[in-house]
Amino acid sequence: MTDITSPSPAPAPAAAHRLAGLREVWFYFSHSRGAVVGLVVFVALVLVALLAPWIAPHDPVFQYRDAFLTPPVWQEGGDPRFLLGTDAIGRDILSRLMHGARYSLLIGAVVVSLSLVGGIILGLLAGYFRGWVDALIMRVMDIILAFPSLLLALVLVTVIGPGLFNAMLAIALVLQPHFARLTRAAVISETNREYVTSARLAGAGHVRLMFSTILPNCLAPLIVQATLSFSSAILDAAALGFLGLGAQPPIPEWGTMLADSREFITRAWWVITIPGIAILVTVLAINLIGDGLRDALDPKLKRS
Amino acid sequence: MLRFLLKRLALLIPTFIGVTIVAFFFIRILPGDPVQVLAGERGVSPERHAEVLRQLGFDLPLWQQYFNYLGDIFRGDFGTSFASKRPVIYEFFSRFPATVELSLCAIILATVLGVPAGIVAAVNRGKWIDQATMGTALVGYSMPIFWWGLLLIIFFSGYLHWTPVSGRIALSYYFKPVTGFMLIDSLLSGQKGAFLSALHYLILPTVVLATIPLAVIARQTRSAMLEVLGEDYVRTARAKGLPPRRVVALHALRNALIPVVTTIGLQVGVLMAGAILTETVFSWPGIGKWMIESVNKRDYFVVQSGLLLIALIIMTVNLIVDVLYAVINPRIRHQ
Repeated sequence: MTDITSPSPAPAPAAAHRLAGLREVWFYFSHSRGAVVGLVVFVALVLVALLAPWIAPHDPVFQYRDAFLTPPVWQEGGDPRFLLGTDAIGRDILSRLMHGARYSLLIGAVVVSLSLVGGIILGLLAGYFRGWVDALIMRVMDIILAFPSLLLALVLVTVIGPGLFNAMLAIALVLQPHFARLTRAAVISETNREYVTSARLAGAGHVRLMFSTILPNCLAPLIVQATLSFSSAILDAAALGFLGLGAQPPIPEWGTMLADSREFITRAWWVITIPGIAILVTVLAINLIGDGLRDALDPKLKRS
Repeated sequence: MLRFLLKRLALLIPTFIGVTIVAFFFIRILPGDPVQVLAGERGVSPERHAEVLRQLGFDLPLWQQYFNYLGDIFRGDFGTSFASKRPVIYEFFSRFPATVELSLCAIILATVLGVPAGIVAAVNRGKWIDQATMGTALVGYSMPIFWWGLLLIIFFSGYLHWTPVSGRIALSYYFKPVTGFMLIDSLLSGQKGAFLSALHYLILPTVVLATIPLAVIARQTRSAMLEVLGEDYVRTARAKGLPPRRVVALHALRNALIPVVTTIGLQVGVLMAGAILTETVFSWPGIGKWMIESVNKRDYFVVQSGLLLIALIIMTVNLIVDVLYAVINPRIRHQ
């Protein structure tokens, strides 16, 4: 009896097993060239974000009064002080990009954490208890999904006020139903398996069954969804910034940088082009990782 | 079929109620005094304050306010725009055709390019053409479309001077809107060059709005094709000695298209979100631009109704797609 009721299997084999699992995932992941490139770019971005205050050549909000709209160095009229040029009020674009990486990655991390935790809890409750709890939770999720995510985020921001943190809250709320749905579906398919029944017979309570018996076996699709949500969070936050409802100037958020410089579109291509490339490269890198993870975690699922 | 339709409609009722509750509470949880926020009257006497509250219907119990709101919706009364003083529903329908025209063109472009791209990638699985197509699709899928629009303006309008920057047709043409669709109205007007001008103005916004659906459709077509190409009946067709082209076009494609149709239908939500950004970038006078302007002008009744109407449109289109899906796939409706 002690074997069955002991809270977890012996720790050493479990750790070894987990390690072997990770190694297998890495084996498949590293086979996809795109996924590895994405990972390298992403790690580089994280490093830039972490080290921004030390490696950025200038203060991201300092205005050089002698250098408005300086083109990048390789173009005629460029200034070697400003590698990627300056914006309309003389701020160094490279430094703003480096600091902007902090905001974008922070947005992705916070939004994914919030929506992942919220979605997992709601999905577990719905899938585990079924009945009216399930119906209630899933109908609320349906309602959130009935609106285009950007529109709902926009309206939420109108209510709670523009700003970076409010934008993150709004985006987390609109991304959260995807996690709840995935968790619920996985929980329903797992709940009737033998190992869950045996844990229940061994006397495990609801919370334990939900979080430590069932949840670990539903993680694969959640990890893939988390990666994809990370990139849509960055895109949506940049879109809100672009519409003037996300991060407020002078915060060097990439979408806000684009909004600031829209009027110079015909005069200074670099103030528009460069922040957009940063957004595209970041989102692309994360999506490459997401595709690679999907193929590695579930070989049955092909790219879709 | 009728039973399927009724069951599908019944499923929509809770969502409809939920969507109206969201729109209803949006107005009521706005921070600040409703008299000031919604009626724009400041520093009024307590009597006037109470009167405005009564006009807004805010003095009633909440549940009664909600039922009044539902009643208004069913009568087609969506409130009055604060900025234009005209009924919101009138404002909505004067802008709606512009968004529909743009979205239809975008989804047609995305389908016409995306489905063949997906097929070519699937048939050449693992070869360079597959990798190139899917690589491009992933870039499209990752594209911040507001930036993509600005980039196309810089290149095609600013540098090459090929396309106009914003608007729907050159100012030199004027005719009364009949359908609201500029492409059709310009033809009906019979003015020389009007149709070409409208088309000219439509190209860049269409490309921008089509980008993400195009990528999604190409990826979905490829994976559906790959799935079908591995089925027994395809192998049988091949074994019979049918030419490969015929196997792909007749046996595989018809079955692969079923999930693709659903994907195309599900792009409506993506299109509406994309329209907000695309219309803002190109000053396209549609629903998306109107919503942003209303948010900025704090025209809250417009935002409320826009939110509700857009959700209802998406629900309707999804219902139509579901029904179409059941028509082409009998397995669904007999479940």
